[in-house]
Amino acid sequence: MASLMNRRELLVHIAGIAAVAGSVGRAEAAHVHREVAAAQAVAYTATAFNAREEQTLRALCERIVPGATQGGAFEYIDLLSSNSERLAAIYHGGLAWLDRASVERANALFVDATPAEQTALLDLIAFRENTDSSPDLGPGIRFFDWARRMTVDAYYTSAAGIGDIGFTGNRALAEFEVPQEAMDYALKRSALS
Amino acid sequence: MWPHAVAHRGAGSDGAAYFGGGSNYFGAHAGGYQLPGEPYTAAPGSKFRWFRSRITGGRTNHFGRIFFRFSDYDFKPYSSDGLGTDWPITYEDLSPYYDKAEAFIGVAGTREGLRSAPDGIFQVPPPPRAHEALVQGSCRNLGIPCIPARMAVITKPHNGRPPCHYCGQCSRGCVTASNYSSSQVQIFPAMETGRVTLINDAMARELITDDSGAITAVSYIDKVTRSEQQIRCRAVVLAASAAESARLLLNYKSSRHEHGLSNSSGAVGRFLTDSIATSVRTHVPALEGMPIHNSDGTAAYHVYAPWWELSKPNKDFPRGYHIEISGGFNLPRVGAFNAVCRRSQGYGQSLKDAIKKDYGTWVSLNGRGEMIPTDDSFCEIDPDTVDQWGIPTLRFHFTRTEHEFKMVEHMQEHFTAILEGTGGTVEPDTRPTAEKITTGGAVTHETGTVRMGNNPSTSALNKYCQSHEVRNLFVADAGPFVSHPEKNPTLTICALAWRTAEYLAEEMRKGNV
Repeated sequence: MASLMNRRELLVHIAGIAAVAGSVGRAEAAHVHREVAAAQAVAYTATAFNAREEQTLRALCERIVPGATQGGAFEYIDLLSSNSERLAAIYHGGLAWLDRASVERANALFVDATPAEQTALLDLIAFRENTDSSPDLGPGIRFFDWARRMTVDAYYTSAAGIGDIGFTGNRALAEFEVPQEAMDYALKRSALS
Repeated sequence: MWPHAVAHRGAGSDGAAYFGGGSNYFGAHAGGYQLPGEPYTAAPGSKFRWFRSRITGGRTNHFGRIFFRFSDYDFKPYSSDGLGTDWPITYEDLSPYYDKAEAFIGVAGTREGLRSAPDGIFQVPPPPRAHEALVQGSCRNLGIPCIPARMAVITKPHNGRPPCHYCGQCSRGCVTASNYSSSQVQIFPAMETGRVTLINDAMARELITDDSGAITAVSYIDKVTRSEQQIRCRAVVLAASAAESARLLLNYKSSRHEHGLSNSSGAVGRFLTDSIATSVRTHVPALEGMPIHNSDGTAAYHVYAPWWELSKPNKDFPRGYHIEISGGFNLPRVGAFNAVCRRSQGYGQSLKDAIKKDYGTWVSLNGRGEMIPTDDSFCEIDPDTVDQWGIPTLRFHFTRTEHEFKMVEHMQEHFTAILEGTGGTVEPDTRPTAEKITTGGAVTHETGTVRMGNNPSTSALNKYCQSHEVRNLFVADAGPFVSHPEKNPTLTICALAWRTAEYLAEEMRKGNV
C-alpha cells in the first residue's frame, strides 16, 4: 500500500501544479515520472503466497508468457487469490504439486531445476491429451490451465501486453476510418471483393 | 480507461470473473444481474435474469445505443397472424414522436426504404469495419440486406454535444455525451431549467392513494439513512423499467385494490417478454494477418441485417428477427484469449504467437427475435422474499415455446451460412436447441408487464399510457408494450414517453389531472 499512497500523493501533486501553471513543464513532468517509478519500484509484498510459492509462481508465469513479470501476472494472481479461497486453494495445491513433480523427476524444486528440466515438466502439463498416457498428470494439467489462463489475462491487460498485441484503440479520433490496405487484404483473402 | 488502471483488471478483486460473474466492472451503469440486498427469484422450472441499473438515467447508461423504429405491421400483430394482441395505436400515431426523439437525441443511420426497418432522421453513420464488410459481402451473395446500423451516437455536433470521438469506451458513460443516455441528454439539461428536483438514492416502496383512488404521494426509502420518506404529487409517471414498475403496482395493497394498483384487469406483471437470442461465432481465416488497426468505432456494430423474410410464406415460426455483428481488434480484457488458450494449449513464445495470430479474427452473429407474449411468462410478487428495505420482491415465470425453438434454428442455419460465406468454417453446435437460446432476461429487453390497450378488462393503461383506473398514474418505460417486435425497445420507449408527456401536460392544463 505504501507505493500506492506515494503514487496517489504524487498525482495530487501533479494536479496541483497543473492547476497553477495551466500545464506541467517538461522538466517537472520528467521529475514526477521518475518519482512515480521510484515509488512503484518499492518491493511488492505478497499476501496469498509465502516466499517459496512466490518464487515458483513468478518463474512459472514468466515461462508461460515471456514478459508476464512486467505485465504484473504474479501480483494479479496474488491479489485475487488473497480474496478468493477457491483460487488460493488452486494455487497452493498446484504449486505444491509442481514442486513435488519436479523433485520426483529432477530431484530439485521447480525453481532449482535446470531450464531443460523445467521444460520437460511443463511440456507434460501444458497439454490436456497427456493425461491419456499419464493419468497422474491430471492435477498438474488442471493447475496449468488455471495458471495459463490467468497469466495470459494479466499480461494482455497490462500496458506491456496491450502494446505487444498491437491494440491501437481507446483514444480519441477525429474520424473513424478503416485503413484501405486492411480492408483490401480482408476482402481479397475472403474472395468477396 | 485501461484494464490495468485497476489491480484486478476488471476480474473483481475476488476473481469473480473466473467463477461466472463480475464482468461489468468497467461499465458506468452501476448495475448487473445480481445486486447485493436486492434479490429476485425464478419459479421452479423457469430461468430468468434481471438486469437492474441503480444510477441516474438507469439502463440508458447501459444499453447498446441501438435505436430502431418499430414497423407499421409491428403495431398490428394479431391482425397479421392471429397471435398476441394489437396495439391501441398505429405507426402513424407514433411516427411524429419517433421524429421528435430522433431529432432531439441524434441518430446515425441511412435511409434504405425497407419496410422492416423504417427510416428516420439520421446523421451520417461511420463506415463498416473490415469484418463487417465481409459479413455484408456474404449477405449480398445470399440476398440478405445488411445496412448501416441505426445508433443513438452522433457523428456531427448536435444540440450542444460534440460528435463521437470513437474511443470505444461507451459502456463507461460517454465523457462527451456523444452517445445517448437519458442522464446526460435529457435529465441534466432538464435540471438546468431549475424546475427539476432530483432525489438520489431513493427506492420507491409504495404509491399512496386517497379516498377517491387518486395517487397523492410516493413513499420511498432513503437508502442512505434507511428511513422512509414521502413526496406528495399531482401525478406519477413510473419509468422504473418494465418489471420494476409492475412490482411497484403489485406491491400496492388495499381493500379497494386487492391485486395491486391499476390491476383490475390482472394484466400487471403479465405478458413479460425478452428478445429471442442466439449466437454463432467463427474464426474467419481472411482476417488472419490483416494489418492491425483501430477498429473501436462507435463500440457496437456499424452494420446489421434487418429482417428479410417479411413476405415469405410457409415459415415454420411467426414474425422475425434481425442480426447483429461483433468482431474486431478489441481492447483485451480478462478472458479475451481463453478460447485460443484452450485450443492451442502450450506456453511460451508459441502461445504468444497463437494469441497474436488469433487476435481480431473472430466474428459472431447475434440474433434478436420477436417473442410473442403468452400466459406462461410473467412476474409476480414472491410471497417469501423481501429486499434489504423490506420491499417484497419479484418472482419470474418464463416458458419457451416451439415457435421460439424454430426461430432459433432458423437463426443458427442462416448465421452459419453467412459466416461460411466469409470463408470461415462454423463448428457444428450439437447442443439441443433449448440450450442455444439466451436465457430469458439476459438480453435486457423486458417488456409488456403493464400493457396498454383500449379494453380496460385486458390492459392496465390506455393508449396514452395512462392508467385506466387511476387518472394521475402513467407508465413511461417498456411496461406499456403490447408486443415485442425484434427491434430493440429504447427508441420506442422514448417516443411513447414523449407522447405521454405531451398528453399529460395537456390534461394538466385542462384540469383533468
